[in-house]
Amino acid sequence: MIDRQSSPSETILASLPRRRRAEARFRIYGIAAIGIALAFLILLISAIGTQGIGAISQTEIALDVTLDESVLGLSDARDRETLSKANYRAVIRAALGDVFPEAVSARRDRRALMKLVSVGAGFELRNLVLEDPGLVGGTMRVWVPADDEVDMLMKGATARDSGRFSDKQLGWLDQLEEEGRIRSAFNWRFFTSGDSREPELAGILGAIAGSFFALITCLVLSFPLGVMTAIYLEEFAPRNRWTDLIEININNLAAVPSIVFGLLGLAIFLGFMGLTRSAPLVGGMVLALMTLPTVIIATRASLRAVPPSIREAAIGLGASRMQAMLHHTLPLAMPGIMTGTIIGMAQALGESAPLIMIGMVAFIVDMPQGLLDPASALPVQIYIWADSPERAFAEKTAAAIIVLLAFLIIMNLTAVILRRRFERRW
Amino acid sequence: MAQTAMAARDEARPSLLAVAKGRRARQILGERVLLGFLLASSLVAILTTIGIVFSLLFETIRFLDAVPLLDFLFGLNWSPQIAIREDQVGSSGAFGVVPLLVGTGLIAAVAMTVAGPLGLLSAIYLAEYASPRARGFAKPILEILAGIPTVVYGFFAVLVVAPFLRDSSESIGFEVSSESALAAGVVMGVMIVPIVSSLADDVIAAVPQSLREGAYGLGATKSETVRDIVLPAALPGIGGALLLGVSRAIGETMIVVMAAGLSANLTVNPLQAVTTITVQMVALLTGDQEFDSPKTLAAFALGLLLFIATLILNLIALMLVRRYQERYD
Repeated sequence: MIDRQSSPSETILASLPRRRRAEARFRIYGIAAIGIALAFLILLISAIGTQGIGAISQTEIALDVTLDESVLGLSDARDRETLSKANYRAVIRAALGDVFPEAVSARRDRRALMKLVSVGAGFELRNLVLEDPGLVGGTMRVWVPADDEVDMLMKGATARDSGRFSDKQLGWLDQLEEEGRIRSAFNWRFFTSGDSREPELAGILGAIAGSFFALITCLVLSFPLGVMTAIYLEEFAPRNRWTDLIEININNLAAVPSIVFGLLGLAIFLGFMGLTRSAPLVGGMVLALMTLPTVIIATRASLRAVPPSIREAAIGLGASRMQAMLHHTLPLAMPGIMTGTIIGMAQALGESAPLIMIGMVAFIVDMPQGLLDPASALPVQIYIWADSPERAFAEKTAAAIIVLLAFLIIMNLTAVILRRRFERRW
Repeated sequence: MAQTAMAARDEARPSLLAVAKGRRARQILGERVLLGFLLASSLVAILTTIGIVFSLLFETIRFLDAVPLLDFLFGLNWSPQIAIREDQVGSSGAFGVVPLLVGTGLIAAVAMTVAGPLGLLSAIYLAEYASPRARGFAKPILEILAGIPTVVYGFFAVLVVAPFLRDSSESIGFEVSSESALAAGVVMGVMIVPIVSSLADDVIAAVPQSLREGAYGLGATKSETVRDIVLPAALPGIGGALLLGVSRAIGETMIVVMAAGLSANLTVNPLQAVTTITVQMVALLTGDQEFDSPKTLAAFALGLLLFIATLILNLIALMLVRRYQERYD
């Protein structure tokens, strides 16, 4: 028997199910790729969200402090200087001793007891007294921040048997809790203070201020420079090798690794021009150079989107090319330029590597007051905290990331709204 | 009476003209000045590049006074610690860059194994398959991934990915260091996905519709058209997109600083800790150091190396994309 020769159409028909399966498979690969990206994004946001949510609250301990002159080491003088140098830690120690009289005798116990409250408790007490010197001599109940290890224990991040606390300390904490002397309060310190070695005292306001000053500098430099460059290249430049060179240059600058810009800042702004290390001014200058290509490319695109008929009409009525550009093209392109600039600023806000190179990574407690004060920046603060060994810094890091992402979302949403509101289709 | 008025008008006419002329002259002068400003600001971009090249070159030449070029480029040992005393053993430090190059390459390779397929497949899906609604959903996801600062990716690598890789590979009997090249590379790969996918998306969308229609007319299915017609036609552009991804991977700093570690191991095993050029630059330039030691100068030499490598990759990528665009214009 001879095999019936199959006709071409039968071959095709026979191959169809296989080809349809291949088609479906291929489509699924594409969906899977997007799905993986989405899964990663969800995982990232939820991991940082769950980690950072803890930083909203801070464990505090209530102490009945007696601001005794002799304990404070105060004489009769009540001026600011003596008041700020008084021994508030001794007052805290005494107040803790009142709660746990049995722990005062042994030196080791006293030290273990003091470890439960933050070393910042004394400073907060001092600030209260400086605000109202009349408090001296009186007794009052204050809520002072607990130590970060206690905070972690109360939040359930460390187990009781982790070995970080002695049985005695655990007993004291239980007693404090029974007496209602432990509470979980909103962590306002996180939003109102600068950096600190103590996680319970560390805040992001200093970093936000640093980022703010750097971004202002960046905007003031990169916006006019970028827009002017784009206008020149798009409206006036002759097409020749020089403008080609400028163009290739800009495209290439957009792809130069950010850390190289940091080296440029280190060698030229700090080394050659002698500007201050760690200053937001220098950070902003470096960020401006990095943002420049973004602004230029966005501005050129929106200038190109304005139809030539507008220019031609203006020139036909006797306007010069410069007038046509200044009075007509540029205003019409402005929404697009703003959108591009905001997106460039958002990129600059998230940038850390070049700022580390110019020394904005230093440990800075004080709030920067101006462009030349040493400062950190929000993303760099995140890096510093992520590198810190204390466990409590993990949740601070995540919380700072949430703040950073919130700023970025606001900026990008503004850009989207601007685009939606003012976008014109010609 | 009428005559005098006429005369007055005659007198006024030239003066009006003169005023107009004067204004015109001033306007032209003003425009010239403004144009000069525009030209000057467009030179800032060039000055920046010159500034980068000169600052890197200058410090690198000083570095090469202390360390011979061949020792730098081909040395197998990187340990830039500076001796406290002059006579200490190994006081000069070792500045062999090969372990850093291998480490950078290894992490970039891991990153591209993640970003290449994921980026290309999502670009194909977006360009060829997705309905406008699906596109409106998928594009923002990729844009958000592109907008997340790298320091956040770095923290995520340390917080989630590295412990996960360590635990899961320990359970199947592998030893993974907690600062493995794998963790840093995978997270970096996800960071690069949007770069690859948006560029490849543009490139695929630019393939002329007539090519696709020709394939459909011959009976090809959609996936066959993509595989056999569209992708080969878009190949140079896709190559450009991938090269830009590689360029981003080797220049990326924060993810590797946080997740890859400092130990300069000469290995191609992604389960071990390696270090990269950028990590060492950060390590050399943070902390207290005097400005002129070979240690700080070494950071500039590494920077020059990095700049040259990314420059070459970027130029090739731009050339590929541009040539590809010209082909179908």
